[in-house]
Amino acid sequence: MSWLQRLSQGLAKTRDAVRGSLDRLIGRGPDPAALDELEAALITADLGVHTVQRLMERVQTELRRRDFDASDPSRRLLLALKDTIQAQLRGCEGPPVERLIEQGSKPYVILAVGVNGVGKTTTVAKLAQRLRQGGKAPLLVAADTFRAAAIEQLEAWGKRVGVDVVRHHQGADPSAVVFDGLSAAKARAADVVLIDTAGRLHTKANLMDELKKMKRVLARELPGAPHEVLLVVDATVGQNALSQARLFNDAVGVTGIVLTKLDGTARGGIVVAIAEELKIPVRLIGVGEAVEDLQDFHAREFVDALFEPA
Amino acid sequence: MFQALSQKFEKILKNLRGHGVLTEQNIAEALKEVRLALLEADVNFKIVKDFVDRVREKAVGQEVLQSLTPGHQVVKVVWEELRELMGHEQVGLGLSSAPPTVIMMVGLQGAGKTTTCGKLARLFKQQGRRVLLVAADPRRPAAGDQLASLGATLDVPVHRADRPDASSTDVVRICVDGAERGRDQGYDVVILDTGGRLHVDDALMGELVEVKRAVGPQEVLLVADAMTGQDAVTMAERFDQRVGLTGVILTKVEGDARGGAVLSIRAATGKPVKFLGVGEKLDALEVFHPDRMASRILGMGDVLSLIEKAQEAYSQEQADAIQKKITAKTLTLEDFRDQIGQVSRMGSMDQILGMLPGGQRLKDLAAGGVSEKEIKRVVAMIDSMTPRERRDHTVINGSRKKRIAKGSGTDVQDVNRLIKQYLAARKMMKALTAGGGRRQLAQALRSF
Repeated sequence: MSWLQRLSQGLAKTRDAVRGSLDRLIGRGPDPAALDELEAALITADLGVHTVQRLMERVQTELRRRDFDASDPSRRLLLALKDTIQAQLRGCEGPPVERLIEQGSKPYVILAVGVNGVGKTTTVAKLAQRLRQGGKAPLLVAADTFRAAAIEQLEAWGKRVGVDVVRHHQGADPSAVVFDGLSAAKARAADVVLIDTAGRLHTKANLMDELKKMKRVLARELPGAPHEVLLVVDATVGQNALSQARLFNDAVGVTGIVLTKLDGTARGGIVVAIAEELKIPVRLIGVGEAVEDLQDFHAREFVDALFEPA
Repeated sequence: MFQALSQKFEKILKNLRGHGVLTEQNIAEALKEVRLALLEADVNFKIVKDFVDRVREKAVGQEVLQSLTPGHQVVKVVWEELRELMGHEQVGLGLSSAPPTVIMMVGLQGAGKTTTCGKLARLFKQQGRRVLLVAADPRRPAAGDQLASLGATLDVPVHRADRPDASSTDVVRICVDGAERGRDQGYDVVILDTGGRLHVDDALMGELVEVKRAVGPQEVLLVADAMTGQDAVTMAERFDQRVGLTGVILTKVEGDARGGAVLSIRAATGKPVKFLGVGEKLDALEVFHPDRMASRILGMGDVLSLIEKAQEAYSQEQADAIQKKITAKTLTLEDFRDQIGQVSRMGSMDQILGMLPGGQRLKDLAAGGVSEKEIKRVVAMIDSMTPRERRDHTVINGSRKKRIAKGSGTDVQDVNRLIKQYLAARKMMKALTAGGGRRQLAQALRSF
């Protein structure tokens, strides 16, 4: 099953609710119950209250238009909704990772950051495998020295995907690990350095400072590094994801987003709000446990999956 | 957690309280804002609707509108409904009369199951119980190592599979073996750390059903991320329908999670929230009290929890000794350091401030300011002083300040600031002990 089908399947409930209420709106005109239903369906997709309010206004405007007796009115409302979201997502599409690496300097340094339990280690490992399969030489750096057995987890992944892991012991200074990782990458002529950092809540100033220090060390040892700062976001998270994106961006300048765990029933609508406010491209999405389930993001497909049947 | 929601509620309710007479119109406007505030906090759409409907029904009743303080009455209605939403009463863990009590932890990937297992183990151990942890997650690389490392820190044994590449049936076997070992070796509590799984993954959910059937645990606890959005309800319902839950533990509560999951999961499944995970350290586990949480959300503070924390951190003698010093007006820098140490033992500054009435505003003032780091610096400076300096700050001259700064890795300005803070604290103590102490303190608290 392609990710689109999977995503589409997950979004089926939202889609049916949206379409159902649109049909009723057309049938009975703008009656409050149908509008409520539509609003509910949109909110359930985690699009966020502000985006939903904007979408509702757009629907109302469309409904009030005089020339509304178009051939397929419910289709027309749907297009209006899709239009509005797509406009918001416009800032959200960027080149795929491989192209960035090819055009960037060598070694290309990718720093993965995010709150606890979003899937940073798994994402970094899958990305390493994807790059290796694409003929690149990646190197993994275990800079999560805090969580118990985080290093072992990355090492197990490294073994599985056949990529070397630079590590220290638990409790070591992550900046020192990063320093060693970069030196090793230069010595071994690695193409890409993938750094797995410890999960941290974005509200903890001291932990964010630790991250800033890692970034400083990288920039000092290799001008321009890190070339990509990937914020890993869990699709099941709601409005808090926006706050995560804001604060991580303030601290270390996020250049790309990875939206994980889209294979559940969560809709990940929050990327729409993130895209609009911060204009950070969604680089990758995670739609399953397998390596090939880490895929590039396409705004149009995402919006289609939100609203159109597969 | 709940900062955003709490701020909005404080504003809405303050507005309501301001009215001498409340009309239905006033209430309707306030409820509209309440609805938006709850939706923005990721509370499930349906639950918000029911909640607002119930509050409206109660609030527009004649009794409320005609009472002398209608605003306060509405606040009371909201508080009561919030408490109901979160389960009314605190529900503890059910322990088996014939040990061992088996607790099974389930949840999505990355919710924090393994860490929470460690926290529960620590809690039981503190209560003098013998705990066995069971590593039942053969899929995630190094998950067993993580639990083993937590077990080593806590000095709690960890039961692991003998073969590292255990397949699905082995998960059931590991759990059964673990429970048996718990029984044979006289453990009081056995905690099963199962692997994270998606609620839509039929095969893996079936595995949990198998484990439950084979082991018969007293508690099946869903570990859920407090930051979960609208999906929280779907996820919790599926786990409950398929496996059958006895309770919920919410994790990562210490960030700025809007906490909608707390309100949604309980309302959707009817299963009580039993604990909150409030930090990465193993002691960061709080018992969940619906009534206190309702107060916190409405910006009314949670003074009860604060007092309990204080009781944990202070021994009675220590408190008495300090009390004596204060009344004798001889608070030295040494006492000052001890006090700071005790306060920090109660939890992080953030946690403490969050429990005070109106603490949300204080927290914003301090935003990232009064960090553990600051406290460490103060303690380091006082530690770098000679005993004489600690007893009598007046002897600290310029050259002594330089030495203290050097010894503690700070600047002379920092030392100056510390002495200023110390003098201010002493002054405050004096004011407090100079008659009417308690009333003044209460007033000071209320004016926050």
